[in-house]
Amino acid sequence: MIRHLLSAADLDAETATLILDTAAEMAALAGREVKKLPTLRGRTVVNLFYEDSTRTRISFEAAAKRLSADVINFSAKGSSVSKGESLKDTALTLQAMGADAVVIRHPASGAPHRLSSWVDGSVVNAGDGTHEHPTQALLDAYTMRARLGRLDGLNVAIVGDVLHSRVARSNVLLLSTLGANVTLVGPPTLIPVDIAAALSKTTRVSYDLDSVLPDADVVMMLRVQTERMQDSYFPSAREYARRYGLDVPRMRKLPEHAIVMHPGPMNRGMEIAPEVADSPRSTIVEQVANGVSARMAVLYLLLGGKA
Amino acid sequence: MAYSQAAHPPSTALPDVPASEKVILSAADIQRVVDRIAHQILEKTSGATGTVLLGIPTRGVPLARRLAARIHAFEGIDVPVGALDITLYRDDLRLQATRAIGKTELPGGGIDGRRVILVDDVLYSGRTVRAALDALNDVGRPSSVQLAVLVDRGHRQLPIRADYVGKNIPTALAEKVRVRLAECDGGTDEVKLLGRTA
Repeated sequence: MIRHLLSAADLDAETATLILDTAAEMAALAGREVKKLPTLRGRTVVNLFYEDSTRTRISFEAAAKRLSADVINFSAKGSSVSKGESLKDTALTLQAMGADAVVIRHPASGAPHRLSSWVDGSVVNAGDGTHEHPTQALLDAYTMRARLGRLDGLNVAIVGDVLHSRVARSNVLLLSTLGANVTLVGPPTLIPVDIAAALSKTTRVSYDLDSVLPDADVVMMLRVQTERMQDSYFPSAREYARRYGLDVPRMRKLPEHAIVMHPGPMNRGMEIAPEVADSPRSTIVEQVANGVSARMAVLYLLLGGKA
Repeated sequence: MAYSQAAHPPSTALPDVPASEKVILSAADIQRVVDRIAHQILEKTSGATGTVLLGIPTRGVPLARRLAARIHAFEGIDVPVGALDITLYRDDLRLQATRAIGKTELPGGGIDGRRVILVDDVLYSGRTVRAALDALNDVGRPSSVQLAVLVDRGHRQLPIRADYVGKNIPTALAEKVRVRLAECDGGTDEVKLLGRTA
């Protein structure tokens, strides 16, 4: 078993499938009266968040608590980081406190990788800059498998701000490993040149959303990350929504069984119309619930065995 | 259950080719044993009313199904069958690499107020059963819990005993009991005692 989860590329098909199967068992526990398991009793999980986050942090916290691990939440605001402490010094502090796992979100791509060489415990990447967010990819894959019954051969369109999206990168890597065909869709300014070839052989790129929709089993809308945009990548929000937003007429072009996903938080009316976000095809709320199960599976598989 | 064979104590680890092998129960023996336990359950529970059979994965589950099928054949009673995975409740998780977890499937109607009979293949240290009791505690409150095993090989580490035993086998710690059932291992049913020396 792997020791850290830094990138979706760390997972081969066998390990990824094991995580998804474990997540399915964890999901079954969510329906019980007693949701807590004694499995990780006495283990400490630190949530180290250098960037704002609602669902990911809460999701990791719920996952760790359901497995009876002790959870320490650390957010950069209100900590010694605002006094100028470096990541390394913070890491050594956590090390001294005996953290068995560190869940890290950081604005710098590669920070979790660096951290993994400083601490003895397992490091889980909960989003690093514009690089990767592997547990999001796992919960997305889990949601697709739960709704559509398989991943192999699925046509998945990932639409929007690919340039700034760690969710897109992790999803392309994981879904390709599991046999899905991914198409990246967005304005040329928001799709890095050669990204498809760099991530996987089977990934394609399209600049025309309407032509991709009729064959898609899954449409994953990405948030337009205005907070990371220093330049203007498209003329106006309205034009973006017109060309790449998923509205009701576009949703009608999808096959009957197709699902609509969004990692959240949404810009309603920008990349996704409110009617689409709230439609029965949308899995947005399910994704949040599945996130807890997927993260329980990851924590169990990283921490459940011999250290 | 793999638990009883693999984990306790670590020194029982055997080389790939054991020095001696002895068949303890043949396929026909296993069938007779299952028939007898089915009868005993009917007798001891006055007709198996309000009873649920829960198999402990891997091999407890097919055994529980067989018991239910035999009870049905003898008295026409349908006893609910389920599976109770205990991996997440084990006390030795940290002693070895992470284990894949198995399936837990509770029969419709749950276990509250019912008599639960846990079914496993080998009773050894008793730790699997302890974990199963903990797991049961989290899924409901049975009126009582009983234990049925195909083989009791002794060497208990906890104060646990079985209510229904297929066969008692005196073993040495270094020996290993290997159960094969057609449903999970293919081929024919068989219980073998593998030892280091003859």
